[in-house]
Amino acid sequence: MNDESPQHGWFQGLDPADGEAAASAIAEGSAEQPADWPARALEAGFTGDRSAYYDSLRESTIGAARTAVREREQADDQQLIHSIRALDDCQRLTNELTERVTEWAGSRDEAATVDIEYIRELAEQEATDPIAERLVSLARRIVELDEESQSLRTFVEQSAQSVAPNLTALAGPELTARLIALAGGLEEMAKKPAGTIQVLGAEDALFAHLRGGAPSPKHGVIYTHEFVRGTPPENRGSAARALSGKLAIAARADYYSGEYRPEIEAQLEDRMERIRARDSS
Amino acid sequence: MTLPDGVEYRTFDGEESLATRGEPVYGEQTDGEWRKWDRSRSKLAVLLGRDVETGLAPDATVLYLGAASGTTVSHVADVAGPTYAVEFAPRPMRDLLSVAESRQRLFPLLKDARKPSSYAHVVEPVDFLFQDVAIRGQGKVTLANKQFLKSDGRLAVAIKARSEDVTRDPDSVFDDVLSTIKTEYEIVHTSSLEPFHEDHLGVVASPK
Repeated sequence: MNDESPQHGWFQGLDPADGEAAASAIAEGSAEQPADWPARALEAGFTGDRSAYYDSLRESTIGAARTAVREREQADDQQLIHSIRALDDCQRLTNELTERVTEWAGSRDEAATVDIEYIRELAEQEATDPIAERLVSLARRIVELDEESQSLRTFVEQSAQSVAPNLTALAGPELTARLIALAGGLEEMAKKPAGTIQVLGAEDALFAHLRGGAPSPKHGVIYTHEFVRGTPPENRGSAARALSGKLAIAARADYYSGEYRPEIEAQLEDRMERIRARDSS
Repeated sequence: MTLPDGVEYRTFDGEESLATRGEPVYGEQTDGEWRKWDRSRSKLAVLLGRDVETGLAPDATVLYLGAASGTTVSHVADVAGPTYAVEFAPRPMRDLLSVAESRQRLFPLLKDARKPSSYAHVVEPVDFLFQDVAIRGQGKVTLANKQFLKSDGRLAVAIKARSEDVTRDPDSVFDDVLSTIKTEYEIVHTSSLEPFHEDHLGVVASPK
């Protein structure tokens, strides 16, 4: 290779006024080797002088980087937090309204039961009097809320996977979203020690302990993880500690690099096997 | 003293520290127009604090690999000329962008330092190549990016042992990476970056 090879700089064929095209040339272009691009740009008449070249380069590189970052923002941790909270709200409202409606409906219909199936049936009915009108209308809203919960759950699953691939591999999408929400964000979680992650969601118990008297909590929201819940109580503290240690590592990998590292999951499984093997010995 | 022009010792809270002149970006302490360049936050600052001639110089063109949130690169851009800052992860790039906003000759590139062809159409030959990438294969990255360094230019690398292999003895990792670098560079200086950066080796070299 030599300097005479017919290579093109990012500015090749660009209209200096077209910022968008320049940004995409920066983002998508390539070359075999570098060259004195400022000089080449002057030769090609792209800009009048070096200083103008650098001004244009600055605008284009910042534009390209900003576009790429904005695209990833769609899969932002804050969006994940909003969506898991919305999912929780939808589920809570579904339950509350289901209870309210079945209690009301039970005053007229002995077959009323507190579950979504009964609500679905009710929603299909034709209202024949003013009270039934209210009940059926409420039931329809509950069914819609329930459908929204399903859609939100799908959204949380996809979003968690792209925001935090390592955490999601370890903890599943819902628990990942809850942990990030409790921490206040992926960055915040990446900066927390494992011991704090272990008791996220058990703040009341933790502060009761710190005030004195109460036992220290062994786990917070990570209790919902199979590795903790499925481990016998005498080893649950160890399991919670092992899990939170790997979750802390996964959060850092997700925040600082964003690349999936399968070895974290493998190490956790290895550790869990050893903890659980204690029972049989 | 071999500090480049534009880098000076100033006193912050009664403690001497390196400093550069520029817009503060990460909540660092300031003294007039000078802002503190903290050794514990910057591997390059550790080398400069030891009077190592790194290649950082006024008006030097710079290629900075592994710019992260832009802490160090902001100081580099305060001192040097056109500075190309390569960072692969989008999250730190957000912070790097705000650093670039307040600097006229800092060019952020969301690129993979392992794939130089993806930015060779933008980056010109440089006087100073700095590398701080926490990925496996740091020696290879150094070799792959040699094409950007002018024949009289300087290379400075912060090698992170744990990125190559967490379980191996850091010294033997350093030996391996150094022997890779030596195939195409003349090593001028090496020193441990401890106590500021654990398991990191600072290397300065010039191209063969």
